[in-house]
Amino acid sequence: MRSILEEEVTVELQHINVKLLLKESASIALDAVIPVFHSWIQDQIFDELLLDVADYRHVKQGPGLMLIGHEADYSLDNTDGLLGLRYNRKASLAGTNLDRSSQATRSALLACQRLESDTRLNGRFRFNGQDVQLIINDRLLSPNDEKTRQAAAPDFQRLANKLFGHAELTYNLDPRRLLSASIRSSKPVSTGELLKNLAD
Amino acid sequence: MKSSNSLWKQKLDGKMPEELAREIDIFETEIALRKQGKLEERLFAETRLRRGAYGQRYDNGQRNDGQKVQKLNFPSGDFTKGPNTMWDAPGMQRIKVPAGGLNASQLETMAELAEEYSDGIAHVTTRQDFQLHYIHIDDTPALMRRLAAANITTREACGNSVRNVTACPYAGVCTDESFDVTPYARALSRFLLGHPDCQNFGRKFKPAFSGCAQHACGLTSLHDLGLIAKTRINEATGREELGFEMYVGGGLGAVPYHAKLLDSFVPPEELLPLTQSIARVFARLGEKKNRNRARIKFLIQDLGIEKFRELVFEERKTLPFDPRWTEYIEQARSEFRETPLKEAPQNETAESSLVTIGDLNGASENFKRWMKFNNRPQRQPGYVTVTIALPLGDITANQLRSLADIVRRFTKETIRTTVEQNFVIRWVSKGDLPDLYKALDAAGLADVGAGALVDVTSCPGTDTCKLGISSSRGLAAELRRQVSEKSFQSDEAVQNLHIKISGCFNSCGQHHVADLGFYGVSRKIAGHAVPHFQVVLGGQWEHNAASYGLPVAAVPSKNIPQVVTRLTNRYVAERENGEAFKDFVKRTGKAELKNMLEDLTRPAAGDSSIFSDWGDPREYTLGDMGEGECAGEVVSAVDFGLAAAERELFEAQLLFEKGEVDQAGKSAYHSMLTAARALVRAENQDIGDDPDQIVAEFRQRYYDTRLFFDPFAGGKFAGYLFAAHEKAGQPYSEESSRYLIDEAQLFIDAAHSCSNRLGKPVAV
Repeated sequence: MRSILEEEVTVELQHINVKLLLKESASIALDAVIPVFHSWIQDQIFDELLLDVADYRHVKQGPGLMLIGHEADYSLDNTDGLLGLRYNRKASLAGTNLDRSSQATRSALLACQRLESDTRLNGRFRFNGQDVQLIINDRLLSPNDEKTRQAAAPDFQRLANKLFGHAELTYNLDPRRLLSASIRSSKPVSTGELLKNLAD
Repeated sequence: MKSSNSLWKQKLDGKMPEELAREIDIFETEIALRKQGKLEERLFAETRLRRGAYGQRYDNGQRNDGQKVQKLNFPSGDFTKGPNTMWDAPGMQRIKVPAGGLNASQLETMAELAEEYSDGIAHVTTRQDFQLHYIHIDDTPALMRRLAAANITTREACGNSVRNVTACPYAGVCTDESFDVTPYARALSRFLLGHPDCQNFGRKFKPAFSGCAQHACGLTSLHDLGLIAKTRINEATGREELGFEMYVGGGLGAVPYHAKLLDSFVPPEELLPLTQSIARVFARLGEKKNRNRARIKFLIQDLGIEKFRELVFEERKTLPFDPRWTEYIEQARSEFRETPLKEAPQNETAESSLVTIGDLNGASENFKRWMKFNNRPQRQPGYVTVTIALPLGDITANQLRSLADIVRRFTKETIRTTVEQNFVIRWVSKGDLPDLYKALDAAGLADVGAGALVDVTSCPGTDTCKLGISSSRGLAAELRRQVSEKSFQSDEAVQNLHIKISGCFNSCGQHHVADLGFYGVSRKIAGHAVPHFQVVLGGQWEHNAASYGLPVAAVPSKNIPQVVTRLTNRYVAERENGEAFKDFVKRTGKAELKNMLEDLTRPAAGDSSIFSDWGDPREYTLGDMGEGECAGEVVSAVDFGLAAAERELFEAQLLFEKGEVDQAGKSAYHSMLTAARALVRAENQDIGDDPDQIVAEFRQRYYDTRLFFDPFAGGKFAGYLFAAHEKAGQPYSEESSRYLIDEAQLFIDAAHSCSNRLGKPVAV
């Protein structure tokens, strides 16, 4: 594990969040997702322990509707007014930065795929397949400064290339915000294709 | 859980106050000892509680998922952080904010912690604290260190200790206060934190300060220690002196108590020593074993205020001198000084600004409402205090950062939390209001209606609280949605009513002091448990919460919005000469109010929505309650008996209203007997009407066996019956009659819960 107290050029990316933006988000009502999230708990559909549902839709541009888990949270998150599915990995993971970011992306995509195919949602949930945000939720390991951004950039770019072949990355430069990169692809790719690209 | 946990100690070394750093080191060691099996779980539970690390719903490792009770297979297995509390289960972290005072950096710290350790939301509580939810216990030392580096502590935020010292958020800027209580609240908070005389309480101890007697902001009447600023003229010198009316023994909880006057004028130099004397008497004589009678209000009730006063002043005489008594006060007075960032405008008025903002972005209607509800003039000309109405007390990490920017831009970081789960920004130059509104609006923080009907207060309820019975936040969100626009179109009198909701009888949502209060209870309909709220009407928020409301009827959760509509419509239609809601309630009378809500106590035919709670599609249960209970339409004798008990209690309330307090007390006692008899009858059909026999059999069958025990309150409510039975035959005073009516309501509610848990339908 890297200590920021030491002058190192590498960065350990832990607690990776991945957010995929929804298409036509303005018309989406989240009420119908509440029973869906509860059913995911009933069936424990992931290999992570799912615990509870938290509803924060009353807060503007907030975490929206959350499925709280032990190892990770899933949410239909509206931070910055961008509605999307967000996967927040809470438990630490072994492996390389690319391994960890791939794991988080795969988990997020699997959840997206389930929402897209859930008949209770009548096909209203479609992800735009172009916008993916990577957010690193640990300010000590990964402060949002130039040095860390440079150190993390190759891993972020590798993930972006894996998903989309090639995609542009932009960074949030506000040092108070978490380290984050937005991946933007020039053309949309389906959730299934993204999963396939990730597995290749 | 966080990979960086072990690094924060080194990172923040030397940046934390020494005392706080040492405390956190100790806690971290205790965590390690617990993991090694060298610290017993009960001890660890109390030690983490005293650091504000609380349990949360489902932390016993199981959750009803709507279909079945699901065991939560945490990685640490059955390893615990307290009795029946799983190590890995998410918990709540309470963070103390003395007098609600914060600065911009502290807001930013709170944002970081909410984001990194919680669910991205910081929650402001009804005691000016913050709470973060879904926190892993292993993360708490790092979280606490980051708070300590921002000069914030979680120490004694929970547990049997002195809790956050609250104060009126308008202290120092209020137009009609006696004087600014802030330095005194800060001094008292500092003095009592970790004080040896406060480490052996049987229960918690909550102090509150108010700058005046007439407003609600301090809520001193409902606190263990209430201090109201007062001035007097010294006859010898002719000079004005500052002091406090000191009240003790107030509290909400299951049965609300009003604080009693201990001393009508405590000078500043006596504030700390006299409080220390109270702490010593409470620690020495307060109940320790029976936690249901361990709050100081019970000690004062048992001793009488005169005897308690005598003991406190005797204790005061023997206290060894402590220089901090005056040093802390002097330091707080000299260090605490708020000043404005901007000069007050000479000619500009808020009204002229209104036109500007309206022309700019067409938001004039909202801005007008914001001006009306969210601003109040300060006693310093040209300055206003602005309230930020937080929906359900929640704020996001990004909003906290925006708020930090805003308070830096417009003030010298003068911001406080409030007991209505909001923020106030003090010292805003009146000329800045349009720009401030725009900045808040951009951050999603310009909700209108602060302190109005739409600004519903709610405790966490079944969302996260282990004690929650009904979804108080779900109901609050629904009421906000339903009344938000409607309330601004309605009569002025309705706009200013207060709605407060608690998820259970413990009153964290302060329902007793609302115009329209609700607390969660459960009832059985068609053999299924159904979430309800007890409707509590006519509480008084003003005058530091001067009077408490009384329960009128239990109504299914899904019918509560109709209750609000019906009551407010009737109030508007029949209000006489500017009558306050509590006076309308009194004049109308409980019989009529109950009558007008009668149809709402039953679900509409075929309405299956009542079997789930607001915002939660799972079939409602309390643990295993109601499961396997397929009695269909069969009505049990127990249910009939409990209905009879409720009727008797209602009659007691009517008698009380008429001033027949002795008879009201007798009826309340009898209603408890009827409820107890109903339960006993499920096992012994031949039980007669002899009170001694009913109580003896109830004790034997339900108390000694613990069948009546609430999962969290234990045998508390049975204790109410036993105490009432012991005192039967003695005359009831107004006060004792009032308390007994409340206790009888809780006993009957507990009998319903017991019946639901046991599921013993006896067909009749």
